[in-house]
Formats: sequence, C-alpha cells, structure tokens
Amino acid sequence: MSETTITVSETRRSWKDVDLRAVAPFVALAVLLAFGTIVNPNFIGIDNLLNVLTRSAFIAIIAVGATFVISAGGLDLSVGSMSAFVAGTMILFMNSGAVEGNLAMLATAMVFAMGVGALCGLANGLTTTIGRIEPFIVTLGTMGIFRALTIYLAEGGSIAMRAPDLRALYRPVYFGNIFGVPVPILVIIVVAVIAAFLLYRTSFGRHVIAVGSNEDVARYSGISVERVRTLTYIIQGLCVAIAVLVYVPRLGAATPTTGLLWELQAITAVVIGGTALRGGVGRVWGTVCGAVILEVVGNIMVLSDLVSEYLIGAVQGAIIIVAMLVQRSLSRRR
Amino acid sequence: MKKASFLTVAVFGSLLLGGVALAQEKKTIAVSIPAADHGWTAGVVYHATAAAKEINAAFPNVNVVVKTSPSASAQVSAIEDLSANKQMDALVILPHSSEELTSPVKAIKDNGSFVTVVDRGLTDPTIQDLYVAGDNIAVGATTGKFLVDKLGGKGNLVVLRGIPTVIDDERIKGFQDAIKDSGLKVLDIQYANWNSDEAFKLMQDYLAKYPHIDAVWANDDDMLLGVLEAINQSGRKEIKFALGGNGMKEIIEKVMANDPVTPIETPYPPSMIKTAIYMTAAQFVGQAPVRGTVKLDAPLITADNAKEYYFPESPF
Repeated sequence: MSETTITVSETRRSWKDVDLRAVAPFVALAVLLAFGTIVNPNFIGIDNLLNVLTRSAFIAIIAVGATFVISAGGLDLSVGSMSAFVAGTMILFMNSGAVEGNLAMLATAMVFAMGVGALCGLANGLTTTIGRIEPFIVTLGTMGIFRALTIYLAEGGSIAMRAPDLRALYRPVYFGNIFGVPVPILVIIVVAVIAAFLLYRTSFGRHVIAVGSNEDVARYSGISVERVRTLTYIIQGLCVAIAVLVYVPRLGAATPTTGLLWELQAITAVVIGGTALRGGVGRVWGTVCGAVILEVVGNIMVLSDLVSEYLIGAVQGAIIIVAMLVQRSLSRRR
Repeated sequence: MKKASFLTVAVFGSLLLGGVALAQEKKTIAVSIPAADHGWTAGVVYHATAAAKEINAAFPNVNVVVKTSPSASAQVSAIEDLSANKQMDALVILPHSSEELTSPVKAIKDNGSFVTVVDRGLTDPTIQDLYVAGDNIAVGATTGKFLVDKLGGKGNLVVLRGIPTVIDDERIKGFQDAIKDSGLKVLDIQYANWNSDEAFKLMQDYLAKYPHIDAVWANDDDMLLGVLEAINQSGRKEIKFALGGNGMKEIIEKVMANDPVTPIETPYPPSMIKTAIYMTAAQFVGQAPVRGTVKLDAPLITADNAKEYYFPESPF
C-alpha cells in the first residue's frame, strides 16, 4: 500500500518536470527567433520563415521516425543513406514508365517508395532484434549498404527524373501551397499528429516507452520487445519514405550526396527536442521543434555577417550546445 | 596489272606489319582512378573505361587495364597488386591524395614503369613522366571575365564555393583576380560543399538577405542545379546570370539551348583521364615523345563549341 503512494507522488513530481522539459525546446526556438531578428531584420520576413520551415521538412519527418526508434532504446544511423536509396529507386521507377498516365504513375511511385522505405526499416529491425546485434553496428552497416547501392544505381552520377511533364506534375509537392501554407509544412504537421497519437494514445506507444525505459521489465510484463522494436524501425523507414516524397520534387534528382549526414541532424533534432538518447522518453513535437531549430541556426548564420564563412560550423555547434543548456536549465527548475 | 601489283604490295605490307606487331611484346597500361562517388569521378570512370575499350580495339599490342578504388589506402593496395601480378609498362594514376600515393607510385617508377599523373599532383613531381591536369584558376578566371564583360563592369554578385580544398581555393582565386579591377562586387561568399541540396538552401538565404543580385556563380554544376531551383521558386527576375563550372551534361545542354541565364560554361573535364591514357599509349604505338606537362585550358564554352564538351552517354 505504502509503495503505491510513493509511486503516485513520484509520478506527480515528474509530471511537473515533464511539462517544463516539453516546453524548453520551444523557448530555445523563441530565443533564436529573437536573436535572428536582431541580427538581420530580413530574417523574420514571412517568405524567409516559410522557406526555413519548408526546408526543415526532411529532417523533421525523419526525426519523428527517429523519436520512435530512440525512445524504444534503439538507434538508426542509416536514415540518410536510406533517403538517398529510396529517392534513387523511386526516380528509377518513375523513369521506367511502368504505369500509364502521369497521375497514376506518380501515385504508384509514391506507394512504391513507401514500400521500399518500410522494407529497409524492416531489414534494420529484424537484423537488430533477431540477430541480436547492437543497432549502432547494424545501422552503420546498412548505412554503407544503402549508400553504395545508390552510388551503384547512379553509376556515381545523379539519377534525375526524365519526364518533364511528370516533374511538372510533382513539383507542387515541394513548391506548392494550400491556403498559403507550403505543402511540406502541412506534411510535417500531419506526420507529427499521427506520430503523437501513436506514441501517446495507443498501447503500442506505451509499449515503445516501456521497452525503452527497461527492456527486462517490459518483457516480464508480456510485451514482445522484438516486435515493438522492429515496428519502430519500420515506422522510421516509412518516415524516411515520406521525407523522400517531399524531397524528390525539389530538385528532381538523387545523387550520391543526397541525405549525407542527415542521420546526425535527425538524432540532434530528437535530442534537442527532449527525447532521451538512452530511451524511455519520446517527444514528437519537441523533435519537430528541434529540426526547425537546426534549420533556423543555419539560416541565421548565412543572413548574419557576424562570422567568416570558415567559422560557421563552429558557431552552429556552439549555438546548438547553448540551446541544449537553455533547455536543461529550464527543465531543472521546479 | 598495275592494280594487281599494288594489291600484292598492300597485302604483303599488312602481313609484314602484322608480323611486327606479333613479334612485339604486348604493352600493359594500368589505369588507377578513384571509384565513382560523385558526378565528376563518375565521369572519370566513364571516360577511362571508354579510352581502354577504344585503345584495346585499335592497338592489339596495347592492353589497357582500368582499376577503380574507393579510398587512398585501397588505391595503394590496388597499384601494388597490379605491379605484383603482371609486368606493368605504364601507370596512369589519378591519385586519391597526393601524400599517401607518392611513395607507392615511386616504387612502381623505380621498377621501370612509365608514370602518368592526372589532375592531382604527387608531392614529388620528379616521379612523373607525364602530368595531365586541368586549370582550376582558369575555371574561375574565365567565368569572372565573362561576367565583367556582360555586366558592363558593375553589379552585385553572390558566390557559392565547394569543399575547402586546393581546387576550391584556386577557382575562387582565379575568379576574384578576374573581377578585381572591375566594379563587380561580391556581396557574399559561402561554402555549399559541392552539394545541390546545400546550394539550394544557401541560395534561398542569399535571396532573403539581398534584395538585388545581378549574378550568381556556383563554382560547380551540382550546386548550380540547386541555385537554379531556388531562383525559380523565388520568382526573382533581376538575376541576369547563374553560372557554374565543370561541364556537367545537363548544364552543357542548357548552353546548347541558348539559355539566357546560363549561356556559358567552363570545363574542368573528367575526360582529361582520356587525354592522359591516349598520350601514354602514343609512345608505345607511335613512338611519339610525350614526357612533360599538359595543362588543359578552361575555355569559354558557348552554344558554338558546346558539342565538343557534350557526352550524352556519360553519367556526368
């Protein structure tokens, strides 16, 4: 009986804690927005802000997937290479002309890309769970595999969409807008809403957190740890595919450098957003905010004349660390 | 009668030549290049393979072997294997890195092979018998001169540079020297790592930052693709020129089509590997002296001469 009381009071205290930590990335973002405006008034212009939000779509969507993987105690380093691979195969599929009619072709290609993404995720998931190998190693391996396959498919060059009318039809998915809101921003919102529902409102979501907090306890509670983990990698694969659906219409091409280092940006976004790298805590909206923060930092760097082009990387790194410090100091406050 | 004797001579002559060729031992030219990991190296692989095929077909007494390596250490092992397994009369090498490849290539040279170095020099230039390279300074300078002429000596420019390397520095230096005495002003210059996605972002930011830009120079065509999309999206009309460099086929196609924003191109052609292989072969098949240094120029490619630099089959 007394044990129950302790648990309840602990939950209450951590509730307070949770709230502040959830708000912290948004506070960091607000500080950055203010800073950007001081540095260059053009920064706060609606066109610039929409550009930046739109650009953050790839990392944001991928990072939402990574939120599941990481909060279940896993890690996926292969997402950048996977993006290139999914984009490459999708474009090759569109170039093959396998389906009559542009709209039908585009729809089939999108389903195809989602399928490829899900399969890539499944491969990561099964190798990690059935093979009982550290996810770091598995996904480091598949990172190399997906990247090399892309280079092989492209013969080292680029894979570009050949049909100009198909390209014209697909273009609005990145460049278009609905009631003034660019499509990629809407995609981020839809993906995040679905992800938040999955993570916070379903038993699967609770299983993800349980597996991430304590694998053994989860197993004794009758959760199939392997199944939950594998599913998180499939979700990651699907998120990569959705990001690719938005990425391909931008330049209409995949190259060997597509998605280079996106895995690190996605993981950074997840961590800035308040998800614990060791698992057990997942914050979908924080992750989206983290991805936006990363993009905003890059944007401020170019818009300001404060630093030489040689030092931009250093300042970006410093800003990210400061953003984390702001976040942590807020979360420690009672 | 006269005709018949002529024929006899011809037949006899070709038999004789054939005999000579048979008697000659077969010369092996090994070609060691980086594996295709981006557009330019993919072009190198394409042109090296094409040269090998053409030369092997044309000259039966020459055998060209192409070997690609994904890293400097792999390239060291590759040339060691090549030299261990068979006699190598010549090595044509585009080194991954100057420092790591210098002593292994020297060992091959000491074995008596003819050494042709392409693009990136070794730290000890005495090793090479023939050096073939492009001119990165000219890539920047030719573009700079064009802009000075066409913009009437004044205007606002933004520049996108690649990955911090000697190649990038030389292109930027050539460009800056060319516009130094004109009224052209570089508003901004930032790295976009020869990556079209990063170039797209950077160009969007340039457009947000500067209300009036007359011309953009991306010192590589991959970046130019991103730049063009960003300009297109912004709907800005004041940008008169958006230029690249390297000779990617998509951009050459624009030049051939008299594109108003991208009317010219400057080459740093991956086909230089082909020049190097042919020249190396020349001394074996024609006894033509080839020792020395060849610096391929970076002339202005316009709609008139674009065909010369257009390889529709190449991945680059």
